[in-house]
Amino acid sequence: MSVDCVLGVVIEHYHGETKPVSLEVLSAARKLADQISGKVIALCLCQSANLEANLFIQHGADKVLFLTHPDLQHYIHENYAFALLRLLEKSSFDYLLLPATNNGKELSAVLSAQLGVGVATDCIALSVNKEGYVEAVRPVSSGKAHSMVRFSGKKPHILSLRPNIFRSPPFSRQGETIEEKAHLPELSQRVQDLVIQVGSQLDITEARIVVSGGLGMQGPENFKLLEDLAEVLGGAVGASRPVVDNRWRDYSNQVGQTGRTVSPDLYFACGISGAVQHLAGMSSSGCIVAINSDPNAAIFSVADYGIVGDVIQVLPSLTREFKKILAL
Amino acid sequence: MQIGSRCDNIHVNYNFGVGMKIIVCVKQVLDTAAQIQIDNGSIVSPGSSRIINPYDEFAIEEAVCIKEKKPDTEITLLSLGPEGFKDSIKKALAMGADKAVHLMDDKFDGLDSYALARVLGRSIDKIPYDLILCGRQAVDVDSAQTGPALATFLGIPFVTVVTGIDFSDNFKSAKITRQVEGGSEVCVLPLPLLLTCQKGLNEPRLPSLKGIMAAKKKEVLTFSASDLDIDTLDMGDNRVIEENLWLPPERKEGIILQGTGDEISGELVRLLREEHKII
Repeated sequence: MSVDCVLGVVIEHYHGETKPVSLEVLSAARKLADQISGKVIALCLCQSANLEANLFIQHGADKVLFLTHPDLQHYIHENYAFALLRLLEKSSFDYLLLPATNNGKELSAVLSAQLGVGVATDCIALSVNKEGYVEAVRPVSSGKAHSMVRFSGKKPHILSLRPNIFRSPPFSRQGETIEEKAHLPELSQRVQDLVIQVGSQLDITEARIVVSGGLGMQGPENFKLLEDLAEVLGGAVGASRPVVDNRWRDYSNQVGQTGRTVSPDLYFACGISGAVQHLAGMSSSGCIVAINSDPNAAIFSVADYGIVGDVIQVLPSLTREFKKILAL
Repeated sequence: MQIGSRCDNIHVNYNFGVGMKIIVCVKQVLDTAAQIQIDNGSIVSPGSSRIINPYDEFAIEEAVCIKEKKPDTEITLLSLGPEGFKDSIKKALAMGADKAVHLMDDKFDGLDSYALARVLGRSIDKIPYDLILCGRQAVDVDSAQTGPALATFLGIPFVTVVTGIDFSDNFKSAKITRQVEGGSEVCVLPLPLLLTCQKGLNEPRLPSLKGIMAAKKKEVLTFSASDLDIDTLDMGDNRVIEENLWLPPERKEGIILQGTGDEISGELVRLLREEHKII
């Protein structure tokens, strides 16, 4: 097969664990590549080639390129950008795809600025137009509107993809794996002092199920009910803005226009009235369940299933039922 | 070395003086409570107010907090936008910034984040600084590109999505906490530095009456495209083109589950498992 187009996917990993969103990005790149005779190369910057190349191939990579260097153990944008720019000097890529994580978004900005190429952040849908070019849909104003963009000018065109949107199962296929030593400048002071504290806690943007609470939870102590449900379902706990402003929960849990935008398969809005800012941050979820004592709450207008009642009463019963069916 | 090769003005105007000089980038956006419509390919919201981009408020507040600890600090706001942006500039001055630079020209309409960072970078040629603070993203375009692109053009280190800043005693370096998915990172960096600010960093104050009165006397310099000589600037030439803008389809109204508490719970679990196959 002749290759018309090369798509690079930058893999994100922490402590030797590949971020699930990286596999999604590979799957999305694969789908594009199949439409435009493209080749997908997983770009894996790391200390040593110890990540599962096979997993990358199963999610769509034709080739896995490990760029290794002791200073690439952790993501540091200076080092990542340097190694990628070196690579782009000698190999040409038509598209570069990254996860729309905090790391992916800043890396796309540096590469775009250094290379003078365009970038579309946080894409939620990708397609190929009649001319064979990639088009992307991205939410603006936290999803209150959607914007379709195309690229012009220099390549590679850069896209970052929102987590939880492009999930696709692995399939059996062949690919090659190559390791190259990366060349980096001297250690910067930042590298020496970097401390990364990433725990086992599931991030709300990456969770398949999010259980969020609002002021209807009545107090921080009742969030235990949400944690119980989230634990049973393997989900993460979110919160509305007033909850975070009241310091009941950490700001990293806030869902909404001034918080995080989430697109889980299942979203529980518990005691959340449904302010427009909150709806902007969660209405792209797969299925929405709202529990609120006020039958006129705006949240019910976006919910697939509504329960009118006191969340404090409803939640334990729900958790029990889920436990039963999951045989926990 | 490739990195820095596109920098316009590396090492030209760092301050290194006695007092700290901070630039805060401020954008005005539509009120987050606004309902929007699409008219002629643009977002409109008749009658809705405009506000300072919420993440930029954290940047302004942080600068004012630094000035409270280090009174010889000078805070310059930098804002690019039409005449209406003056409202947000005034509010930010009332919160405690010292002066403002307003970049205003029809030629600045519709700049993408690359071009915007280019123009901001050019204007910073005229302003000495030790620290540049931005919001982590503007809540209208939601790109999160301008801050890091600006730092790249200026050739200075940056940290994005910052939730903590702890200066050394002499204010020559800072310990920075950055949010990442599922955790945080901490690093120590020397100034000059650009940081993009995230919720959790501080709690922005409301302008006091005294602040509002004082703001009226503060200097607002206006620069046009020709003042900045932008014809000589590589603006990237529209590398990302918007083809269509629409409102996402409204979710259809669902059903309210009826029955006793346990009946409702049982039915919901059944629906999620059998109909949606999520559980």
